[in-house]
Amino acid sequence: MLGIESKGVLLAYMLCIASALLCVVYGAINWNKGQETTEPDDVAWAK
Amino acid sequence: MLAEVQTLDIVVVLIYLFFVIYLGWLGFKQTKTASDYLIAGRGVHPFVMALSYGATFISTSAIVGFGGVAGMFGMSLLWLTFLNIFIGIFISFVFLGGRTRKMGHHLGAHTFPELLGRRFKSKFIQVFAGLVIFLFIPLYAAAVLIGGCEFIATKFAIDYKVALLVFSVIIAAYVVIGGLKGVMYSDALQGSIMFIGMIVLLVWTYSTLGGVTAAHTELAEMNNLPSLFGKMGFNGWMAMPEAGFGESKYDLWWIIISTITLGVGIGVLAQPQLAVRFMTVKSKRELNRAVLIGGVFILVMTGVAFVVGSLSNLYFYKHEKVVGTIVSTTEKVGVIAKKERDLVKKIPCRLIHIDTTGNGEADINIVAAGHDVVTPDGATIPFSKLMPAAEINELGDGRVEVYPRANAYLRALIKTSGGEWMFNTASIIPTFVTQSMPGWFGLIFLLTLLSAAMSTLSSQFHAVGTSIGRDVYEQVTGRHGKSVTITRVGIIIGIIFAVIVSTYARGGFFIARATAIFFGLCASAFLPAYVGALFFKKMTKKAAIWSMIVGFVVTAIWLVFFKDKEARALGICHAIFEKHSLLLDKPNWSVVDPIIIALPISIIVAIVVSMMTKPPAKDHVEKCFKDI
Repeated sequence: MLGIESKGVLLAYMLCIASALLCVVYGAINWNKGQETTEPDDVAWAK
Repeated sequence: MLAEVQTLDIVVVLIYLFFVIYLGWLGFKQTKTASDYLIAGRGVHPFVMALSYGATFISTSAIVGFGGVAGMFGMSLLWLTFLNIFIGIFISFVFLGGRTRKMGHHLGAHTFPELLGRRFKSKFIQVFAGLVIFLFIPLYAAAVLIGGCEFIATKFAIDYKVALLVFSVIIAAYVVIGGLKGVMYSDALQGSIMFIGMIVLLVWTYSTLGGVTAAHTELAEMNNLPSLFGKMGFNGWMAMPEAGFGESKYDLWWIIISTITLGVGIGVLAQPQLAVRFMTVKSKRELNRAVLIGGVFILVMTGVAFVVGSLSNLYFYKHEKVVGTIVSTTEKVGVIAKKERDLVKKIPCRLIHIDTTGNGEADINIVAAGHDVVTPDGATIPFSKLMPAAEINELGDGRVEVYPRANAYLRALIKTSGGEWMFNTASIIPTFVTQSMPGWFGLIFLLTLLSAAMSTLSSQFHAVGTSIGRDVYEQVTGRHGKSVTITRVGIIIGIIFAVIVSTYARGGFFIARATAIFFGLCASAFLPAYVGALFFKKMTKKAAIWSMIVGFVVTAIWLVFFKDKEARALGICHAIFEKHSLLLDKPNWSVVDPIIIALPISIIVAIVVSMMTKPPAKDHVEKCFKDI
C-alpha cells in the first residue's frame, strides 16, 4: 500500500495521518464546546 | 549549504524581522498587568495559541536535525511523528490542557513551577522546578542558538559571533519588551511561515520523485544497497530496523524507539515552556479549537521533515546530476563519519571538487569512491563497495556531468572550521533543498529555519525569565509585586547565559546532546508530579517532592555513567572509572534512553510515597479541583 512494504513503517505512516485526522475531527466536533470561563479564587494573588 | 545570498534575500529577511519586532511591540502595547506579561492575560486566540505551541515545540533541530537523522535511518522515525501528534497534541491538549488551565486559574499560577508549587503547597517544588528550568533551558537554547547562528553565518557569509550577537539581540528585544503576548504573536507569524515552507517542500519532493507510491517503491528498492549502518540493524530507509535485545545488531532499534521516539515523544508532555501555553487561554473552547490546528501543524512539520529526509536518498542516488568543471581531486582523505570524545572514525575517500558557477572555485564536493581499509588484525573493511561510485561523463566543452550515486548521508559532506572533511547529518535537508529545488524556495526555506529557531528560542528565554523571577527570586526572598521587572532581568540573564554557552561550547560534545538531556530531565523529574497534580487528589506533597528528586537524580546518573553518547560527552564516567560507559560491554544497554529507566522509577516513588504519607488537606484539594 502506497508503495510501503514494511508493516512497521506503513503502520507509522497511517497512524500519523489518522492521529492528525483525530485532532481535526475532535476540534471540529468540540468547536463551540467548553465556553465556561473561570475566575481566580486566590484573593491574595488577585490583590 | 544554500546558494549564494542575493539582495532579494536580505530585503525579505529584513522585512520579516521588521514584522517580528512589530509584533513584539504590539505585545508590549497590550501588556498592562503581570498576568499579561507572564501568561498573555489568559485571553489568547486559539489560532495563535496552537501555532505558538507548535512553533515553540518545533525548532531547527526538529527540521534539519531530526530530518537529517531520517535521511540517515529512514521512515522508521515516523513513529516519533505519530507520538508528537497523538501524545504531544491530542493527549496533551484534551486531557492535560483543560485541567492545567482551570487549576492554574484557580490557584493564580503564572508559571509551570508555580502551578506545581501551589497545587502541593510547596515552596521547595516551585524553587526546585524553577532552578531546573533556569539551569537547563539555557543549555537547550544554546543548542538551538548554535544551529541557527551557524546557518545564518554560512548563508550570509558573516562571522559566527556577529550572527550570534545580532540574532540574540533581536530575540531579546521582542521577548523582554513584548512578554508572552509578543512571543506568541510572533510565534503565530513564524508558525505560518514554517507551515507554508514545509507544505511546498513536501509537494515538490513527491512530484520530483514521480508521486507518492512511485517514490516509496523506488526508495524501498534501495533497501538492499550496501550500508555503513548494517551492523547496527539498519534494513533500509523504508523498513524498520532489526528489533530485539542483547546483540549489537539491535542498537539502531533501541536508538530509534527509546531515545528518539519515546524520549522526545513522551518528554514533550512535561516541557515547562509548552505547559504554560495551556494557561494562556480563557476557556476549554480555545483548547478544543487549538487541537485541530496543532494536529495538522505537527504532522506537516515533523512528518514532512522525516519523509523528505528519507526520500532525499532516492533523489541523491537516482536523480541528482551535477554539471560543472572539476577544479581538483583529493585522491585519498579520511572523512569523519563519527566524532565523539576519544572516538573519531574516518572513512578513506576520493573526493572531487566541482565548480558549477563558473567562477573557478569549487562549490560542490562529492565522494567519488571509497578506499578499502585493512584493520590491524588483518580484516578488510570494503569501503570501496560500501561507498558510492560516482559516474562522471565528459561533456566535451571542458565541463563534466556527475551523477553522485550516493545516499543522503554520504552527500552531506562538509568541511569543518578546522579544515577536516566530515559527513554531517544536519546538512542533508539543506543540501537536498539546494540541489533539488528552485532558487526561490531557498529563500522560503531560509525564513522557515529562521522562524523555527526564533519561535523556540523566544519561548525558552521567556520560560527562563519567569523561572528565575517568579519561581526562584520571589519565593526565596519573599519579595512579591515586581514580577515583570524581575522576569525581564531574568530573561536578560538567561540570554547572556545561553550566548556565553553558545560562544564557548560550540562544537563541544556536550552541547550536541543538550536537547536530549533536557527532554529526559523534564520527563522524569516533572511528568509524574504534573500528571499526579492534575488527576490524583490523594497525591501528597512529599510524593511530588520525592518523585521529582528521584526522577532528576536517576536521569542524571543514567546520563553520566551509563548512556554512551551523553556519558562520553560529559566525560565524568571516564575520569572516575576510565570507561566511557559502565554498560559499554552490554549490548543495547548503553543506547537505552533514561526515560525508560527513570520515568517508571519516578512514577513508583510517587505512588508509594503517596500511600505512606498523610493525604493533603481536603479544602485545598477541593479548591484545586473545583469544576474539574
